[in-house]
Amino acid sequence: MDFNDSPEEAAYREKARAWLAENAAAHRAKFGELKPNTPEHMAAAKDWQATKAAAGYACITWPAAIGGGGGTPIQSVIFGQEEGRAGLGYGYFTIGLGMCVPTVMAFADSETKKRFVSPAVKGEEIWCQLFSEPAGGSDVAALRTRAVKDGDEWVINGQKVWTTGAHYCDYGILLTRTDPDVPKHKGLTMFWIDMKDAAVECRPIHQMSGGREFNEVYFTDLRVKDSQRLGEVGDGWKVALVTLMNERLAVGGSAGPNYREVMKLAQDLAGPTGPAIKDQAFREKLADWYVQSEGLKFTRFRTMTALSRGQTPGPESSIGKIISANQLQEMANTAVEMEDQYGILVDPDQAPAEAAFQQSLMWAPGLRIAGGTDEILKNIIAERVLGLPGDVRVDKDVPFKDMPTGR
Amino acid sequence: MDFDYSDDQKFLKDEARKFLAGHCDVAVVRGVLDNADRSFDEKLWKGVAEQGWLGASIPEEHGGLGLGRIELCAIAEELGRAVAPIPFASTVYILAEGIMAHGTDGQKAAILPRIAAGEVIGCLATSEGPGVVGPNTLQCRVEGGKLSGTKIPVTDGDVADTALVLASDGGRPGLYLVDLKQAGVKRETLKSLDPTRGVAKIVFDGAVAERVGEAGAGFDIVQAILDRAAVLLAFEQLGGADRCLEMAKEYALGRYAFGRVIAGYQAIKHKLADMYVKNEVARSNAYYGAWALNDDAPELPIAASAARIAASEAFWFASKENIQVHGGMGFTWDVDCHLYYRRSRQLSLVAGAPKLWKERLVSELEKKNAA
Repeated sequence: MDFNDSPEEAAYREKARAWLAENAAAHRAKFGELKPNTPEHMAAAKDWQATKAAAGYACITWPAAIGGGGGTPIQSVIFGQEEGRAGLGYGYFTIGLGMCVPTVMAFADSETKKRFVSPAVKGEEIWCQLFSEPAGGSDVAALRTRAVKDGDEWVINGQKVWTTGAHYCDYGILLTRTDPDVPKHKGLTMFWIDMKDAAVECRPIHQMSGGREFNEVYFTDLRVKDSQRLGEVGDGWKVALVTLMNERLAVGGSAGPNYREVMKLAQDLAGPTGPAIKDQAFREKLADWYVQSEGLKFTRFRTMTALSRGQTPGPESSIGKIISANQLQEMANTAVEMEDQYGILVDPDQAPAEAAFQQSLMWAPGLRIAGGTDEILKNIIAERVLGLPGDVRVDKDVPFKDMPTGR
Repeated sequence: MDFDYSDDQKFLKDEARKFLAGHCDVAVVRGVLDNADRSFDEKLWKGVAEQGWLGASIPEEHGGLGLGRIELCAIAEELGRAVAPIPFASTVYILAEGIMAHGTDGQKAAILPRIAAGEVIGCLATSEGPGVVGPNTLQCRVEGGKLSGTKIPVTDGDVADTALVLASDGGRPGLYLVDLKQAGVKRETLKSLDPTRGVAKIVFDGAVAERVGEAGAGFDIVQAILDRAAVLLAFEQLGGADRCLEMAKEYALGRYAFGRVIAGYQAIKHKLADMYVKNEVARSNAYYGAWALNDDAPELPIAASAARIAASEAFWFASKENIQVHGGMGFTWDVDCHLYYRRSRQLSLVAGAPKLWKERLVSELEKKNAA
């Protein structure tokens, strides 16, 4: 066992580092420090993506013929590490390039692929995924957005929710119901749509955390051509599974403070019987968080090892978000309680660690739900990893229109 | 990045599993469990010696196979999975590893070949009563090379030939090598929570004792020995935890209630998913410990602590929830769940309880931050 690159990997890392040293500096000189979620930040992100694409560092595992790097999964991981180390990496393209465009590549005709893949790789166009609805979160296939055939077109009405980046995206993949007379999984059809169409309206969701990173998207008589269909009519679920297979790779990664920050806080604060860091109950929690965080880090190393050996990684990476989301919530709460009465303050100028723990406390509930709830992820481990049977399906043979819906 | 067993190590692990399937089935374990006069299986011990496992990490010049510690971890994982009723940890992880790390050339030459040949069973004697033994409470004394005092409990102390004993000489704690087959040693077998592993009270009365390592450094040496042992024990715990998850899964897939297999109920599925998550966290931390152990890395104290904490938690959780999944059958003597429940306690207690290791981990992190 070791943590070293193979000679080929080391050479690739060296090359990537040299390229980053030169280009990251130039990128910074050009754009400076920018606030996320501003038009300037987006412009910088697009510029960086184009720079990477020109050098073969965007979509590294995709064939060079379609704008990718023609590289291996381990090279993609290595470049991602080095890009992170260089303090770069914009999140705008993750869902599009990780989930949407691969779906387009799998199901669209060659003309459509030719039109969209390369601009997406270069960051010229950004994609979003329109699946979740008010009546279909974990149970995505319960969605109600209707698409009705009208000659060579489809007319779409309905609403999506929790769509990341809908307000800045150019295109999206949209899962609709085309046949309510058959059981729910069988009446779905997937389309790609133009997000800038006047019949598409994005409204930001005011989250409990105070931010507005996600959207509701409304469709009012949106007309799309039949050629925008991805997959056969009624095969939408099959198409969606291809998208979702990529979700666990695209979503995840823990945001917010980790055990190091909470340890530093404890070193700085007074507890009931001396410095907070000397509190035995806290020390035991800290040890548990360390073990979990490092466990995830070394689990990623195991995944990398499989990639490095040219093997398919095992299912172990599926544990990531269950652990990181719950840990973030518990750690944030412990930190806030450690601040005692002061913990109620949320102004970054006043709260310790620039209010990182207060912000995490309010963000963590969303993290436990986004991209698969704790419960769905445990079902996935139980069914796909351990091979246990699926739940009893009372809606399997019932036409969608006859399904009880509650409120 | 090469953070997994190599193909050769996987082959060794597969071979170990095959050997144990043939020589350590549950009848062998129960042969010790159900017989108060036995605390290990002599035939399996002999077989393990013949396989070369006792000397796996002992250099060839001392009669061992000269393999690395990762190979020893692979063997440990399989022994844990099989709840092997043998004093392997006491002899190999503690005595052999302890002498290799802290013994003189003479001590190495005298003991290691005999361990490799299966002629010596070892044990570690530190505890003197309930709670944690410390420099201020240590009672055992050495005067003029003679040891006196009582150690209780000593894992494998009832069958061991040689002990490493923590005792104080003129106020200076040290670690002493003591032949247990001499006049000044009296032993009494005690009842254990895990009857498949032996435990004893040992009374020393002027027994000849030979120091291992520096005088005054006894507690540090014991900690260093336990750091190494903790990694290897973590692999035994991991093997046991994996087996518990398998048992729970197999049972849940075959057991019907309310008209369908219980494996289809979310309450069961989520329980098993929780086991899987903890086992993978334990595996990843154990691998890091294995790397630190094999490379003699300065990170070993932190890596060993994390490996032990994660593996103790995983095995405890898997062993108790395995019983729960089995329902009333799981509470019977005849179903094997309790073998793992008992072993999970034995392994968590034998080298310092997890609470101690959590404290050690945080202390080490503090030191690292201060540096």
